[in-house]
Amino acid sequence: MEKIYLDHASAMSVDPRVLEFAKQYLKEDFGNPSSLHSVGLTAKRAIEDARKKVAELINAENETCILITGGATESNNLAIKGTALRNIGKGKKVAASAIEHISVLNPMKELQKSGFELTIIPVDSTGLVESEKLNDILTKDTTLTSIMYANNEIGTIEPIKKISEIVHKKGLYLHVDATAAAGRIPIDVQNEGIDLLTLSSNDMYGPQGAGALYIKPGIKLQSILPGGGQERGLRSGTENLFAVAGMGEAARIAKDEMEQEKKRLEEIRDKLISEILKIDKSYLTGHPTQRLPHHASFRFSGIEGESILLNMDMIYNIQVSTGSACSSKTLEPSHVLLAIGLKHEEAHGSMVLTLGRANKVEQVPMITKAVKETVERLRKLSPL
Amino acid sequence: MAQVGYSKKVLEHFLNPRNVGTIENPDGYGKVGNPVCGDLMEMFIRVKDDIITDIKFRTFGCGSAIATSSMVTEMAKGMHVDQAMKLTRDDVANELEGLPPQKMHCSNLAADALHEAIKDYKRKKEG
Repeated sequence: MEKIYLDHASAMSVDPRVLEFAKQYLKEDFGNPSSLHSVGLTAKRAIEDARKKVAELINAENETCILITGGATESNNLAIKGTALRNIGKGKKVAASAIEHISVLNPMKELQKSGFELTIIPVDSTGLVESEKLNDILTKDTTLTSIMYANNEIGTIEPIKKISEIVHKKGLYLHVDATAAAGRIPIDVQNEGIDLLTLSSNDMYGPQGAGALYIKPGIKLQSILPGGGQERGLRSGTENLFAVAGMGEAARIAKDEMEQEKKRLEEIRDKLISEILKIDKSYLTGHPTQRLPHHASFRFSGIEGESILLNMDMIYNIQVSTGSACSSKTLEPSHVLLAIGLKHEEAHGSMVLTLGRANKVEQVPMITKAVKETVERLRKLSPL
Repeated sequence: MAQVGYSKKVLEHFLNPRNVGTIENPDGYGKVGNPVCGDLMEMFIRVKDDIITDIKFRTFGCGSAIATSSMVTEMAKGMHVDQAMKLTRDDVANELEGLPPQKMHCSNLAADALHEAIKDYKRKKEG
C-alpha cells in the first residue's frame, strides 16, 4: 500500500533542490567559516547567503538580525534565557502562553527555579490568546513574553500583531516561536512588531540540525553557550555548514512558492476536515478558520490516540500523530489539549494530520476511509 | 511499520485481538482503570466447575492495553480460577515477548481485570 505521510509537524524530508544546492558543503566546500583562507571564506559566504535568505523570508531589517543556531529548541532557549538574564535590570518576570512548545516552557521553568516569576497566559477553547486578558496579566517588570505564531498540535494562528501592540505598550519584549508557521504562511517581523523570532530548518524542508533566531536591532542578549565566539558571541560552535546552507535555500524556496502551496494545502485541509467531521462524535481541535494551511487536528470520543496511530500506520500505511498520554515519554496528555479546556479522557483521543508537498487532494478519500475504519474498529473494542 | 518499541506479538494481538466482546449474565465481571488515565478494561468470564470456559473483554486504551487484554484472555481460557488468580503482569508481558518499560502498567491492568472478574465469581458463588 502506498505510504501517505501526514506527520510533517514531526519531521520532513529535505527538498531535493535543497539537497542538490547544499551537498557541495559536505564535499568540496567543506570549510570552517572561521578560517581565514579561501576554503574558509567560501564557507563563510555560504553562511552569509543563508542568513540573507532567512532574513528575506520574514522581512527582517537586514541579515545581521539573523542568528544561526542548531534548531528551534536552541533558538527558544537562547531567546528566553538570553534575554531574561541580560535584561535582569528591568525585572525578574517572564510570561508565556499555556500552549507554547515545551522548548519554550521548560527554559522558563528553569528561570523560575533561579528566582524568576513565570506567568502563564491562558487561551480560549480554540487556542487563541485572549488579548484583552493579556493586558491585565502583563506587568512592567515582565522582561520577556513568549507567544507562538501558530501552534503545532492544534494549528491555531495567534493574532501576533494585536498581541505585540499590547506587549509593546507596556514596554516589554515579545518573543515569537514561529517553528510551525515559518515557510508556511507570510511572516513580517517588522510589520507585526516581533522582537525575537524562532524558526527551524527542517520545518520548511531544510536539513535537520539548523535553526535561526531573529533578534531585532538594539535588543541585547546574554550568551548561554560560551566558546569560540561564533554568531556575535551569542552562539559559539562551528557552524553546521551543510544544514545552514540548506536552511537558506529552503527558506528561499518556501518564500517563492508560499502563495501557491498555501492555497493547495488549504484545499486538501478543508476537504479532510469536512469529511472526517462526518464521523460520529468527532471534533475539530483548534481554530476552525485561523489555522495553519497544512494542519487538521481532531479528537474522537471513546478511543485512545496511540491506538489510532498504530492502526493507521499498520493497516493503512498512513503516519499520523497524537497528543495522547500513552504516546508521550511522560505519560501525561498534551498540555496544549488540556489548556484549551479538554478533559483528560478527551485529550487521550486526539489525532493530528499535518500535510506536506507530497500530499495530493486525490489522497483525501483514502485518508478519510482509513480514519473512519480505524475509529469504528477501536470503538468496537472499547467499553466507553 | 509501526514501532513504539513493541514486539511483533504485541502488534499481532493489537491487530487481531482474541475474545473481544461481552458475555450476557457472566459468572464473573471485572472492570479496572479509568478513562482519565487513558486505560479502561472490562473482563467477562463464564465458569464451570471452577474452570474458565469462556472469557471476553473490551478495552479503551493504547496498543499495549489492547494487546495485553487479548493475551490475558488467551492465557486464562481453560484455566482453573485459582490458577488464573496467580497470573501476574510479568506473565502477560513475557507471553507477549516483552513490553516497553513505560507500558508495564497496561499489562498490570489486564491481569487485574481478570482477577476482579474471578473475585466477582467467587463472591457470587459464596453468596
